[in-house]
Amino acid sequence: MIRKITLAAVACLGLSGGLAVAAAGDFVPHTTDVAFSFEGPFGTFDRNQLQRGLQVYTEVCSACHGLQHVAIRSLSDAGGPQLPEDQVRAYAEQFDIFDPALDDTRPRTPNDHFPESGMPNAPDLSLMAKARAGFHGPYGTGINQLFRGIGGAEHIYSILTGYTGEEKEEAGTLFYENTAFSTGWIAMPPPMADGQVEFADGHDNSLESMALDVSAFLMWAAEPKMMARKQSGFVAVAFLSVLAVLLYLTNKRIWANVKGNRRHA
Amino acid sequence: MAGIPHDHYEPRSGGEKWLYRRLPIAGLLYDTLMIPTPKNLNWMWIWGIVLTFCLALQIVTGIVLAMHYTPQVDLAFASVEHIMRNVNGGYMIRYLHQNGASLFFIAVYLHIFRGLYYGSYKAPREVTWIIGMLIYLAMMATAFMGYVLPWGQMSFWGATVITGLFGAIPGVGESIQTWLLGGPAVDNATLNRFFSLHYLLPFVIAALVAVHIWAFHTTGNNNPTGVEVRRGSKEEARRDTLPFWPYFVMKDLFALAVILAVFFAIVGFMPNYLGHPDNYIPANPLATPAHIVPEWYFLPFYAILRAFTADVWVVIAVEWLTFGIIDAKFFGVLAMFGAIAVMALAPWLDTSSVRSGRYRPMFKWWFALLCLNFVVLMWVGAMPAEEPYATISLIASAYWFAYFLIILPLLGVIEKPLPQPATIEDDFNAHYSPSTGGAPVAAE
Repeated sequence: MIRKITLAAVACLGLSGGLAVAAAGDFVPHTTDVAFSFEGPFGTFDRNQLQRGLQVYTEVCSACHGLQHVAIRSLSDAGGPQLPEDQVRAYAEQFDIFDPALDDTRPRTPNDHFPESGMPNAPDLSLMAKARAGFHGPYGTGINQLFRGIGGAEHIYSILTGYTGEEKEEAGTLFYENTAFSTGWIAMPPPMADGQVEFADGHDNSLESMALDVSAFLMWAAEPKMMARKQSGFVAVAFLSVLAVLLYLTNKRIWANVKGNRRHA
Repeated sequence: MAGIPHDHYEPRSGGEKWLYRRLPIAGLLYDTLMIPTPKNLNWMWIWGIVLTFCLALQIVTGIVLAMHYTPQVDLAFASVEHIMRNVNGGYMIRYLHQNGASLFFIAVYLHIFRGLYYGSYKAPREVTWIIGMLIYLAMMATAFMGYVLPWGQMSFWGATVITGLFGAIPGVGESIQTWLLGGPAVDNATLNRFFSLHYLLPFVIAALVAVHIWAFHTTGNNNPTGVEVRRGSKEEARRDTLPFWPYFVMKDLFALAVILAVFFAIVGFMPNYLGHPDNYIPANPLATPAHIVPEWYFLPFYAILRAFTADVWVVIAVEWLTFGIIDAKFFGVLAMFGAIAVMALAPWLDTSSVRSGRYRPMFKWWFALLCLNFVVLMWVGAMPAEEPYATISLIASAYWFAYFLIILPLLGVIEKPLPQPATIEDDFNAHYSPSTGGAPVAAE
């Protein structure tokens, strides 16, 4: 009985999670699985990668997109790019913001947020890594997201590297063929090319490498407390496991003289 | 109270006697905690504690979330992100609340199906069952309105679809829908009232839970044999039962700790597993998502709602017979609420004199099929409305109704039940033979 119901419950979980994806017409978008450093229960963000991703975001993506939910000060937070505070201040000053109190624009401070999208058609990227398919594992593989992450960063990486070079015009708008986009044709022109961003440390700046870096950065932007969350989860599970063992032994002892098949309590 | 005979609280010290004459609260707590409980309860009887814990968890985390949340269409989404990013521990509180809803529903479904298998709904526990169904309805309303609050795409479109159900009621439907929404469409007024009601309903649930517990403390718990506790004397009752404290408190707490370990693993390592990615896109009344899917715990009833389309002969017949008053849309709504109504009527639809499914050889199979059917409904509820899912959902919905309306009444007549143990004590001793040592009966 218990086993039957447990099985049913597990099946429900698997079905509701795993099968919710699928079915989107004949075109099936392709998402490449990437082994990011932040996947799995113990995965952590790679600080250097986040810093490179910030640079790619700033030099490429931010021309059109925004990060309106992300406070600039969080660039120095633990578990993030961890820029020194003076660099964060300098970074913030690049962008002006309209201040109603001054009735004028002023440079941003670390307490301000990143600028919003500059183009109405360019979606804000604050939550892009959590808001796109791949939530149920990159291949709709359900429980896999425990080990492979939620697949949002993979989706961004696949979009950035998924252009085929084909274009078409529809109702006055140019569309670009992209193997990762839901319909196969995306309005965003290919944003990056090999060598577009120069890293100070001379890190690999091929398209693939930069796409990985900026995807990781956007995962951090969407889930800045990921590392703290996993730590809390680990502590909670460890604590509850010990508690469960103690309660098991207590329970067994209490019931021993009632069940009469164990030593006396 | 009729109750099982047992020792009641006696005030001993002067202070206790003083309080007892003015407010017998210590007696109430003592009798609640020391309630005689059938000693053969199995692990399916732990979900009540899990559910009580869930209610407390949701209320505590919800109150903290409400301190930082803003129920205004332009600010709601950003205020949730503010909680996730800037509030101390806010990401944890929010994820606990979000996943707590799922734990709540997993537990309530197991609790309900436990009741269906062991005949916990049968006389004299019909009132407990009905109150439980009311709690379940209130939970669904609360969860639905809570899902609207983050004001993401699924929040908005889910609210649009579900409130649209009320619009399907003939004649007054549109007025009711407008009244529920506070306007012609889902907007700021809707968000405000949903927030208000989402805060109110949990306390209604808490009150219903108290009555639910009061009801089954009056009748006594059911148990896996379905055989009643002997009530001839305290001594007789004592041979069938054990006090709730410490025997069942410890057992339940152990189960709760195991369940919470799994729960925290999900919250810590994959908190968005049961969510929908579209709800991280701010609500946009101008862009309909490709698939509007409710939360997983609504899927079985969502499947029943969608199953009865205009080309099903029952729907065509009903529409013709009612001169079009009950059209396909309204039929679907009636079917969805009817699916819960027939479950609530189980005490009167089940004609068998045997309570527990353990002694009902035919019932067992139909019940197993009902469990499977529930999983199938959940699966098709998540699928797009096209073949073969439409047919599967129609068959599965039909079985749901057939189980309660045809199979339960018929089985009681045609089934030959197996012999039941004479007493709970017999059943217990059959599992834990007293001959191998230890005290033969309840610890004294």
